[in-house]
Amino acid sequence: MEIKPPVPIIPAPIWRNIKDLQEWEQLHQKRPEGDKHSSAFEAITEGIHSFPGGFVVTTPADAFLNWARKSSVWPVTFGLACCAIEMMATFASRFDVERLGMVPWASPRHSDLMVVSGTVTIKMAPMLLRIYDQMPDPKWAVSMGSCANSGGPFRHGYHVVKGVDRVIPVDVYVPGCPPPPESLLNGLLLLQDQIAQFRRTGKRAAPNPKVD
Amino acid sequence: MTHEQAKTLIGERFGGAQVEPASVPFTVTVPAAEWRAFASFAKDELGCRFFSFSTAVDWKEQGLEVVAKVDNVDTGLAILMKTKLGPGVSECQSLVPVFRGADWMERECYDMFGIRFDGHPDLRRILLGDDWVGHPLLKSYAVDTPYPPYR
Repeated sequence: MEIKPPVPIIPAPIWRNIKDLQEWEQLHQKRPEGDKHSSAFEAITEGIHSFPGGFVVTTPADAFLNWARKSSVWPVTFGLACCAIEMMATFASRFDVERLGMVPWASPRHSDLMVVSGTVTIKMAPMLLRIYDQMPDPKWAVSMGSCANSGGPFRHGYHVVKGVDRVIPVDVYVPGCPPPPESLLNGLLLLQDQIAQFRRTGKRAAPNPKVD
Repeated sequence: MTHEQAKTLIGERFGGAQVEPASVPFTVTVPAAEWRAFASFAKDELGCRFFSFSTAVDWKEQGLEVVAKVDNVDTGLAILMKTKLGPGVSECQSLVPVFRGADWMERECYDMFGIRFDGHPDLRRILLGDDWVGHPLLKSYAVDTPYPPYR
């Protein structure tokens, strides 16, 4: 006996049977009293649902775009000091940020996020700014570790920038010396929450209890 | 070449050198005028052909002291050469004509301490930017010297 694969049964949409505009209008006129949805709307919904795997989630455009943005944050690999070792561990298989849609990428022109991991020296700061400028908008920055946050133990050194926020705008600060991969992972999740609140209009987002 | 033999040879050749053979490594303090002559003596006579490092110390009002370490890798003799430049002096003889490896070390010394090495072929900053003002490892350099917009 021949075994056939299951054939999906797709019901024909109702509007295939509608001949012309008058029938369409008639369908609308038949709307019962007190019913919010016309049968035509139901027919359209049924038609959409009858596509293979097809259904529609209605949402604001901002939320949809932010969902897309936060689901594919590509961090540019920018390791400066010992924090970069922890960053590499975060990107590696044990902590596996790829399940969050993050792919460590070696080009700033394809990246959305810069993880500044380590001490920023005065000699390195112009290069850091240049790489940040090469990233396309919208872009985010995570300051990882005490050195990048404030200068850290080298704050009073002659050559250390006292916090990378003097060079580029920073979205999330991850404390630690160095932060363990769990901390950086938490920072990246907070960043995703922050991206979900992203607005193009420049208005301040509502305070997020997780971040603010 | 033992330390005692080296001490005898140094005493014959350099009368003004202070030798501390008990210290490890073997420390020799020479006058600044004999700095390069002692280095070539250590290379040719004592067999210290390996130039390990060169640096400097700021002793505030006593002036700067230049330190270099050379090794005889065959016999294990290591010599720590020191010379005091004296207060207010920042000129020193370069060791580059004797040891080619002293080039970048002396550039770093110039960068951090402002010591100008006579006879160095390419004396300019190596670690800090060319627009840097001052020499940061001097004791007189203020730690929080501003560097706008980063400091």
